[in-house]
Amino acid sequence: MIKKTSKTKKPVKAVKTVKVVKAEKKSKGFKIDYSPSLEGTSIVTIKPRNELFIGGKFVAPKSNKYFDTVNPATGEKISELALANKDDVDSAVKAARHAYNGEWGKMSGKDRGRLLFRVARILQERAREFAVLETLDGGKPIKESRDVDVPLAAQHFFYHAGWADKLDYLAPNKKVSPVGVCGQIIPWNFPLLMAAWKLAPALACGNTVVLKPAETTSLTALLLADVFNEAGFPAGVVNIITGAGETGAALVNHPDVNKIAFTGSTDVGKLIAKSIAHSNKKLSLELGGKSANIIFADAAIDQAIEGVVNGIYFNQGHVCCAGSRLLVEESIVDEVVKKLQRRLDMIRVGNPLDKNTDLGAINSLEQLNKINELVDLGKKEGGDFYQSSSPLPKKGYYFAPCMFSNVTSAHTLNRIEIFGPVLTIQTFRTPDEAITKANDSRYGLAAGIWSEKGSKNLKIAGALKAGVVWVNTYNKFDAASPFGGFAESGWGREGGRHGLFSYLKID
Amino acid sequence: MANISLKMPGGGRFVISHYPVDAIGIEERAASFTKRSIKGESKLDLLYLALSMCDLTTLEGADTEGKIRQLCAKAIHPVSPFAVSEIEKITNKKMRPIPSVAAVCVYQNMVPYAKKYLGDSKINIAAVSTAFPASAVSTDIKLRDVKKCIELGATEIDMVIDRGAFLSGKYQKVFDEIVAVKDICAGKAHLKVILETGELVTYDNVRLASMMSMYAGADFIKTSTGKVTPGATIPVTLVMLQAIQDYYDETNIQIGMKPAGGIRTAKQAIHYLCMVNEVMGADWMNPDMFRFGASAIVNDILKQIFKQYSGKYYYSYDFAID
Repeated sequence: MIKKTSKTKKPVKAVKTVKVVKAEKKSKGFKIDYSPSLEGTSIVTIKPRNELFIGGKFVAPKSNKYFDTVNPATGEKISELALANKDDVDSAVKAARHAYNGEWGKMSGKDRGRLLFRVARILQERAREFAVLETLDGGKPIKESRDVDVPLAAQHFFYHAGWADKLDYLAPNKKVSPVGVCGQIIPWNFPLLMAAWKLAPALACGNTVVLKPAETTSLTALLLADVFNEAGFPAGVVNIITGAGETGAALVNHPDVNKIAFTGSTDVGKLIAKSIAHSNKKLSLELGGKSANIIFADAAIDQAIEGVVNGIYFNQGHVCCAGSRLLVEESIVDEVVKKLQRRLDMIRVGNPLDKNTDLGAINSLEQLNKINELVDLGKKEGGDFYQSSSPLPKKGYYFAPCMFSNVTSAHTLNRIEIFGPVLTIQTFRTPDEAITKANDSRYGLAAGIWSEKGSKNLKIAGALKAGVVWVNTYNKFDAASPFGGFAESGWGREGGRHGLFSYLKID
Repeated sequence: MANISLKMPGGGRFVISHYPVDAIGIEERAASFTKRSIKGESKLDLLYLALSMCDLTTLEGADTEGKIRQLCAKAIHPVSPFAVSEIEKITNKKMRPIPSVAAVCVYQNMVPYAKKYLGDSKINIAAVSTAFPASAVSTDIKLRDVKKCIELGATEIDMVIDRGAFLSGKYQKVFDEIVAVKDICAGKAHLKVILETGELVTYDNVRLASMMSMYAGADFIKTSTGKVTPGATIPVTLVMLQAIQDYYDETNIQIGMKPAGGIRTAKQAIHYLCMVNEVMGADWMNPDMFRFGASAIVNDILKQIFKQYSGKYYYSYDFAID
């Protein structure tokens, strides 16, 4: 940023003369559009029909029903999934109880750790297979499934494998023991990674599990079942059942489940909390968010721009902790908006299997419709709308990244979670106003602060009501770091030392 | 670091505000360009473009007329017409003509030979100047160096900034020297200002030096002399490109960028060009706005171009050394 005093004008101009001439005769350069560079899919075999994984085996559902799962990049069906009904859920819970009372329950922490380490290593060995399948099933860019989802999932197993024989040190002078049979319900935005977040700590702590992946993205969880068998887990320790809301409800309400762990929408989270209120089931919830990303005038602006882009456009914005509300100090808002617009046009939307794709397909038609509806509503309410000029594939579910600048806290898009590549931009004048605006939400999952002034960062981080506060970065995850929210963003923490308490009884 | 207030030559002052660079952030973004997967037609486009952006360089105490003659021949015809015709025969495909490089870069005393052997080709003669590489002489000698280079026929001046002055906070001296060199160059030669980022060390310093150089009149800013390690890196080049972008936003003047030193492979060159493409856009994707200060990449680029056409790998000895 250059501030000139009025007297300087003449000499600066004199210096510039030659260059202005040059700028005029500048030749237009090349616009390079990267040729397609598609990741091969031959490494993955997708069965036309997938069964339920119960008691260490793939079994046909008692419901005799199946439903389609589609590749959102094309909108075409890629496979069928078994629909688990109440009886199937019951079989899965029985298998889990049987394993808990049997070999697994007697196994030492050391041996559980050994098995978990094996899972982590197999995940690394089969990383490409998992990455390709994740992209085919969920529409996320291959560079993200390859560089983020799969490595982080493996890290979660490595990290928790290390805890398995050290749980006695977690709560000195107390006795720790597993909770029992855990019912785990996970979302569609990070199918494999969320399975790892849920399974690794539960198993490290000695529990058995019935896991229900999201109905649109179950394939990598089912492939993970294969890994548990390959690693030599006793039958029934991990059971994976597929289905939609009713399957989940059956699992939540099953009387022999000791704990429910849920990641998903706040509405469903509330339903679950209500339905188990009169039981003694443990509950952990990781729900929605409307996280604030705050840029101060003394930030490293260009890197903050990257942080904003990573914060909201990572994984098509299907991230519960997405930095969807940008708060910018008023004195630099024009500069930030200009830079963001320029950056938005450089985001490559396209085939998720292309290694150069930055933003892939929206996970489902239902979600695409929801994003479209909300963006239309946002346009009606006002503000300056800007959308990336990136071309979109003709087939499949796509949405070009966009942003609304010049909006206020009352704007609907600033209140509700969109779960798509949509950013809103508001301004603030003072640090106090930034804190007030950031906390003005029913959610409190995450927040970001961008400033080069350390003392300010510490003060503001402490005042933000958010489970995770990133300073001069965003969307950084680590198995050793607890994750979870305030208020309607959830109960309990996942990951790190804190996350283990959700899966243990402490007496 | 604080804001820098500089006296302008005609009187008055202007302020270059402190504009911090976050090291972790810049390195993450820089790494993203190295993960681009460039294939097929776009790879060929970038290889040809990279070749046309090279400043073929020799900066040795041992340079002679013979060495310069060799370098100029390579600059005009990076590959012999014979090798091209051979490939065309084998593949039955017409090759896109291989371009000449953008410039040769030599010491002052070698400029007359460069002029002689480049003849009427359109290739620029870049002379390193201002007591390259250390810039450790008095200002008047630096200016005489520049004058002499231009008299001898240099069309581009690659000057070095006084890093000692910069690091001791004598920003005014650094600025004034660039302004003085620009006065000599104006209308006669393109001015490239070498920051020697390996000695400035921090990204904040690089950012400040970039801004000062552009306001003092640089037509190009350049990372390194090639005599200090590290030379150009992708993050340092990114900092400088973003400074160029901001300067353009403020003044509407396009400044060029030249990473130099340490770029050895065609693959690296492609990473740099992906960065230029995504950060600056098409307006910078030409030899007037972006150069590579590297000789070692020329043959590697040729190898890759030939491989793209023929599908087979080539050895270094398939191409003449420079």
